[in-house]
Amino acid sequence: MSLPEENKQKVPRLNVELWRYADEPGQLIPLLQAAQESYGYISETAIKYISGVTGTPESEIYGVVTFYKQFRLKPLGHFLIRLCDGTACHVNDAKTLKEIIEDELGLEDDDTTDDGLFTLEEVACLGCCSLAPVIMINDKTYGRLTPQSLRKILRKYKKEGKAVLAQREGGN
Amino acid sequence: MTTITVGTGTCGISAGADAVLDALRSGLEEGGLQDVALEETGCMGMCYREVLVEVKDDAGAFLYGEVTPARVTRILEDHVKGGKPIDEWLALDDEGHGSETSFLEKQKRIVLRNCGVIDPTSIDEYLELDGYKAIEKALKEMSRDELIATILDSGLRGRGGGGFPTGMKWKFAKASPGKKKYVICNADEGDPGAFMDRSVLEGDPHSVLEGMMLCGYAIGADYGYIYCRAEYPRAIDRLKKAIADATERGLLGDNILGTDFCFNLRIKEGAGAFVCGEETALIASIEGQRGTPRIRPPYPAVKGLWGKPTNINNVETLGNLAWIVLNGPEAFASMGTEKSKGTKVFATAGKIKRSGLVEVPMGISINEVVFDVCDGIKDDRTFKAVQMGGPSGGCIPASMGDIKIDYDQINQTGAIMGSGGMIVMDDTTCMVEMARFFLEFTQNESCGRCTSCRIGTRRMLETLERIVEGKGREGDIEDLVELGDHIKATAQCGLGQTAPNPVLTTIKYFREEYEAHIKNGKCPAHSCSLLVDYIVNPDNCTGCGLCARDCPVGAISGEKKQAHLIDIDKCIKCGKCITVCNFDAIYKD
Repeated sequence: MSLPEENKQKVPRLNVELWRYADEPGQLIPLLQAAQESYGYISETAIKYISGVTGTPESEIYGVVTFYKQFRLKPLGHFLIRLCDGTACHVNDAKTLKEIIEDELGLEDDDTTDDGLFTLEEVACLGCCSLAPVIMINDKTYGRLTPQSLRKILRKYKKEGKAVLAQREGGN
Repeated sequence: MTTITVGTGTCGISAGADAVLDALRSGLEEGGLQDVALEETGCMGMCYREVLVEVKDDAGAFLYGEVTPARVTRILEDHVKGGKPIDEWLALDDEGHGSETSFLEKQKRIVLRNCGVIDPTSIDEYLELDGYKAIEKALKEMSRDELIATILDSGLRGRGGGGFPTGMKWKFAKASPGKKKYVICNADEGDPGAFMDRSVLEGDPHSVLEGMMLCGYAIGADYGYIYCRAEYPRAIDRLKKAIADATERGLLGDNILGTDFCFNLRIKEGAGAFVCGEETALIASIEGQRGTPRIRPPYPAVKGLWGKPTNINNVETLGNLAWIVLNGPEAFASMGTEKSKGTKVFATAGKIKRSGLVEVPMGISINEVVFDVCDGIKDDRTFKAVQMGGPSGGCIPASMGDIKIDYDQINQTGAIMGSGGMIVMDDTTCMVEMARFFLEFTQNESCGRCTSCRIGTRRMLETLERIVEGKGREGDIEDLVELGDHIKATAQCGLGQTAPNPVLTTIKYFREEYEAHIKNGKCPAHSCSLLVDYIVNPDNCTGCGLCARDCPVGAISGEKKQAHLIDIDKCIKCGKCITVCNFDAIYKD
C-alpha cells in the first residue's frame, strides 16, 4: 500500500513525533492523532509503521484505533459534513436533517459518496447548542437550519463538488 | 478611549464573529478611528444573541446582540463616532438598560467571573483581576492542610456530576504515600448538549491552571495533565497559550514564586469516547490504552495514573478554587442550600428562548432558571420537562419545576445534577423518543466490558425502538423497568449504572405517553414519524406539485395550483414531503 502522492510531503510530521516520543509511555494516541492529521485517516501502513517503531503490537494499536471515535480507517471525502446529533439538535429535529443529507447526496450504506466528494459524520455535539440544529461542512458552521435552507446549502456544495471533480479529471 | 470587544467563543465564531471582526477592522481603518481598540473575549453567556459586540467609552459599556457585518457600519457611525448608542439593538448596558437585563438578575458569577470580560489570550488581563493571587496566598500563607481545610469548609462538591466533596478527595490524595503524584483536569466534556467546560477553557483558561496548581500544592503533586476533547480545538489553543505564558512568567515550572513548589502541565487530547469522562477510563486513555474503566477500589487517589496517587477534578470545580481561596470559604458557603454550596453553571438549550450559559446560586428553583433567567419557552409553547445530567441523568417534569437546584433534591427525582446540561422540552417533544435517543447514545458509548451494560442497554434500546415504531407490546414497560433496575445494580462503572436513568425517569413521570404508543399506536407529541398521519393544510398549499413529484410512492395528488391531498393508505410516512415543501403546508397529526 503506497501513500497518495499529495500526502507524501506530510510524512515528516508523523516521523518527527514518532521518533521524539517513541520511548515515552502513553504516546500511542498522540501518534495516531499525528498520523490521522497527516493522511486524513489511519492507514494500514501507518499502523505497521507505528508498531515497528514503538514495539506496540499491531493488534493492540488496531484495538485502540477502533475504540475511539476520532480515528478513521478510511479516507475522508473532499467535503466533510458533520451533523450534530447532540441533545439540543436532536430536540430540534436533527433526524430530518440527516434524511435530507442522505437523500440529496444519495448516501445509503456508506458514509462517503462514491465519487469521494462528501463524507457524512454524525457527531455527539458541536457545542453551539444555541444555534441548533447545526451542521458543519469542513470548517464552516451552519446553524438554525430548516429543511429548505439545508437543501439549498447542499446544492451549493454539490455544484462546487462538480468543479472539484472537473479539476481532478483535468489534473490527470 | 473607546474599546470594542467581540465575543469569539465557539458559539460566537459559529454565528459569524470572524466576519464581524473583519468588518470592524476595516471600518475602523476606513473611518480614521485608529485610536479605537479592538479586542476579543470569551463566551459572555448570551449565545442566543451572538454575535455580541461591546462598545465601551466614556459614557459606559454597551452590549449589542445579533451583530452582522451590515450592522457594523451603523454602530461605528452612530455610536463610536456620533456618541449615540443604538437603543433597538442594545442587549445590555452597565446601567441596566436593554432587552437582556433579566438574564443576569438572578445569576451569580464565580466560575464565569472573567468569561466574556477579559481577553483570554492575555495573561496580563487575568493578572489584573487578581489572577494567580490565590496560589500566591496559598504558597506563602497557608500550609497544605490549611488549604485543604479551606476547600472542605467551603462545601465545594465535584461539578462533573458526581458531587463528591472536593476537599475530601484532596485529603485522600494527600494522605496516600508516595513521592510522585498527579493532578488531572477532566475536560472531556462528553455530554451532548453541554458546553460549560468549553466556555470556561476558552474564556478564562488561566483560572483552570491556577485551580490545578492549588490542587497540586495541596496534595503534593508536581505534574498535571489536562485531558481535553479533541473536538474543542479553540479551547486547546487557548490552553496551550495560557501554559506557555504562565511558564514564561515563572508561574509554572520550578520554584514557583520563589518557593520550593514546582508544577508542570501538559495537555492530552482525548480521541472521542464518552466513557473517558469516568476517572479510571480517563487514566487508561492518558496511558495510551483503550479507555475502559476498571473496578474501584483502588481509587485513583491511591493508585491512579502510572500507578501513582492521582487527583482528578472537573474544569468547573477547578474554576471555583481561586475564588474560594481569595474570598474565604465562608463567602462560598453562604450561597446555596445546606448540602450544596456555591453556584452551578448550566448550559441551557433546547426549546428555550435564551439558550446559553448561566451561572446561578444553588438553591434556585428550576422554574426560576427556565422562566426568569431564560425567559421561558420558544414560541411561548407549553413547558413540558427539563432534562438534566445528559445520558446519565433524567427528565424532570414541568409539574416539579419548583424543585431546588441542589444535589440531593435533584437526585430524589431520579435525575442527577450532572455536569450542567439543561435541555428544555416543550409539548412537541416525545418523551419515549427522548429516552430512546439517550439510550442509543450510551449504547454506542458502552465500552463493552461488562455484560449488564453491553447487553442490557442493547435490549432496552431494542424495546424502545419497537415502541417508537408503534410495535410496542403489553409488558414492555415492566420489562424496561426491571432491566433498568438490574443494570443500575450490576454495571461496573458510572456510565453503565446511570444509563437507564433517562428511561426510568420518563417512565416514572410520563408513563401515559409510553402507554399511548403501545396501546393506541399514537404519539401524543405528534413527533414519532411512524405514528402520525401526514396531512396537507389546504390554506397554505399553493399546488406547486413539488411534494407530489418527490413522493417515492406517489401518494400525493392534486391539480396544478390547487391544494393537494395525501392518500393515507399509500403513504409510507417517510416525511420527505414536509422537507421539500416551501410553504409549510404539510403537518403531522
